[in-house]
Amino acid sequence: MIALDRVRKAFDGRVVVDDLSLSVPQGAFCVLLGPSGCGKSTTLRMINRLVPADRGTIRLGGEDVTAVSPEALRRRIGYAIQSTGLFPHWRIADNIATVPRLLGWARERIDARVAELLTLLRLDPATYSAKYPHQLSGGEQQRVGVARALAADPDVLLMDEPFGAIDPITRDALQSEIARIHRATGKTIVFVTHDIEEALRLATVIVILDRGRLVQVGSPIDIVERPESDFVREFVGAQGIGLKLLAVRRVGERMRAGETAEGEPVEEGASLAEALGAMAARRCDRLPVVDRAGRVVGALLLADLVR
Amino acid sequence: MIAEVRRGLVSPLLWVGLLFLFLLVDMRRLQPAFARAFPGVQPEIFDRAGFVELFWSHLLLVGIASSASAMVGVALAVFVTRPVGRDFRTIANIAATIGQTFPPAAVLALAVPALGFGARPTVVALFLYGLLPIVENAIAGIEGVPAAVRDAASGMGMRPWQVLRDVELPLAAPVILAGMRVSVTIAIGTATIGSAVGALTFGTPIFDGLAGNKLPYVIQGAVLVALFAILTDVAFARLARRLDRWR
Repeated sequence: MIALDRVRKAFDGRVVVDDLSLSVPQGAFCVLLGPSGCGKSTTLRMINRLVPADRGTIRLGGEDVTAVSPEALRRRIGYAIQSTGLFPHWRIADNIATVPRLLGWARERIDARVAELLTLLRLDPATYSAKYPHQLSGGEQQRVGVARALAADPDVLLMDEPFGAIDPITRDALQSEIARIHRATGKTIVFVTHDIEEALRLATVIVILDRGRLVQVGSPIDIVERPESDFVREFVGAQGIGLKLLAVRRVGERMRAGETAEGEPVEEGASLAEALGAMAARRCDRLPVVDRAGRVVGALLLADLVR
Repeated sequence: MIAEVRRGLVSPLLWVGLLFLFLLVDMRRLQPAFARAFPGVQPEIFDRAGFVELFWSHLLLVGIASSASAMVGVALAVFVTRPVGRDFRTIANIAATIGQTFPPAAVLALAVPALGFGARPTVVALFLYGLLPIVENAIAGIEGVPAAVRDAASGMGMRPWQVLRDVELPLAAPVILAGMRVSVTIAIGTATIGSAVGALTFGTPIFDGLAGNKLPYVIQGAVLVALFAILTDVAFARLARRLDRWR
C-alpha cells in the first residue's frame, strides 16, 4: 500500500532520514518507533509531502506521491497529530467536516458523516457537534482529531504521536479505540510513537529507526523475542522484558481449551499481561476464557503464563 | 429582553453617543454657560463652520486614511509572514516604525509643497502614522497561530490561500483588530493638526481659538474630538467581543 524506496532527507546538511526503504502492506498497523530525533516524524511527514523528500520515491497504492498536487494527495490521507491541531474558532462538527468540505461534498452527506464519526468515537453528536474545541477535555479533543482524520474515509491514516500528550488512563482508552477502528475499517495506519508499550499493543508491524536508519522491522513478537541488535534490545528494555513478552502474547495461545474456571472471564484476544493483572487483582490463579461473543472456550492457569 | 434593555442602558456607547450627538447638533444651547464662563468672547460658539460639517469632514479624513493603513498594513503583514516574503520582515517593521516616529506635523510640512493645502497632505500623514500599530499587530497575530493548527490545516489538504483565509486571518483577527483600534483612535486625535494646513476637522475651532485667543472654541473642538475618539474606541471594544466569541 505504501512503499518507500531509498528515501533520504537532510535539514541544513544534517541527515535525518538516510536511505530508508520500507513497505507497508494494505491493512497494516505500522508503528514507526524510535527515540526522539530518529527521523520517524520526518518519515511520516514525507508520505503526505508536508516534508519533501530529497531523494528516493514514495508510492501510495502504486502511484508516486509526487504525481498529484500535494493538496490532492493530502485530502486522500487522514492526518492526526499530537496536539490535535483542531481549529479553535470552528465548532466540532465543522472541524470534522474539514476535508469533506474541501472535497466539495453535499451538505447532507457531510452532516450524516459527522454524526457517524462522532458516534464511532463514542461522542454524542447532539452534545458535541456545536461545541468549540476548548470546551472539550484533552482526550475528547483527540477523539475529534481522529474523527477529523477519518472524515473523508481515506485508505491511509497517518498519526504522529496522537496520544502523546494525554494522561495514561485516557490514553489507554484511546488506544483501545484506535485498535477497534483499525479492526473494523481495515485501514492502513502509519503511527509514530516513542512509547514501546504503545507500539507493542497496537502494531501489526513495528519499524524501529535509529538516527535516520532502519534498524529492524517485524511483528511485536519478533521485536521482543528476537531483537537483531543491542540497540533494539536496549530500546525494548532489557529490564521489563518479561512483562513485555506477556504483553505481546494472547490468552488464546496459552489457554487450556475445554477446561473451565470460576469467576469473571478474560477474552481470548486479551494479552497475557492483562490476564496476569486480573489474577493479581482478584488473588486467584485461574481464569475462565471467553471468545469475542462471550462463550466460555477454556481456562487459563497462572502456570500457563510461564510455560 | 429586560436584561438586554438594561445592558443597553448601562452601555457607555449609548450615553457617550447621546452626549456627542447633542453637542454636535445643538452646541448653541450652551451659549449662556460659555458667555458666563468666558465674558468678552464673541460669538461664544464657534461658527465659521457647522460642527456637523466638521464631523463629516473629520470622519472622512480618518476613514480614508485608516482604511488605507489597514489594507496596506495587513497586506504587508501577510506578505512578510509568507515563505517568499520572510526576508522582508525586518525591513517592513523598520519602515512602519519610521512612519510612526516621524512627527505628523513634519509629514504635513513636507507633504504640503507636493500635495497642496487641505485634506490630501492630512490623509497622507495619518496613513503613515497609523501604519505601525496595524503592521505590528497583524504580524504578531498571524505568527501567534499555533504551529500545530497550521500543520493540521496543510496536512489535511488546504491550499496556502485557504490556510490564510480560513485559519490564519480568523485566528489573528482579534489581535489585528486591537491594532486597528489603536491606529484609528490615534488618527482621530492626530487629524486635528490637519487643520493647521487647512483641512476641515474638529481641530479647526481649536486652531482658530488658539490664534484668536478664544478659549471656548478650543474647548468645543477638544471635547468633540475626545468624545469622537472614545465612541470609536468603545465601538471597537464591542466588535472585539463579537470576534472572540469562540474563546
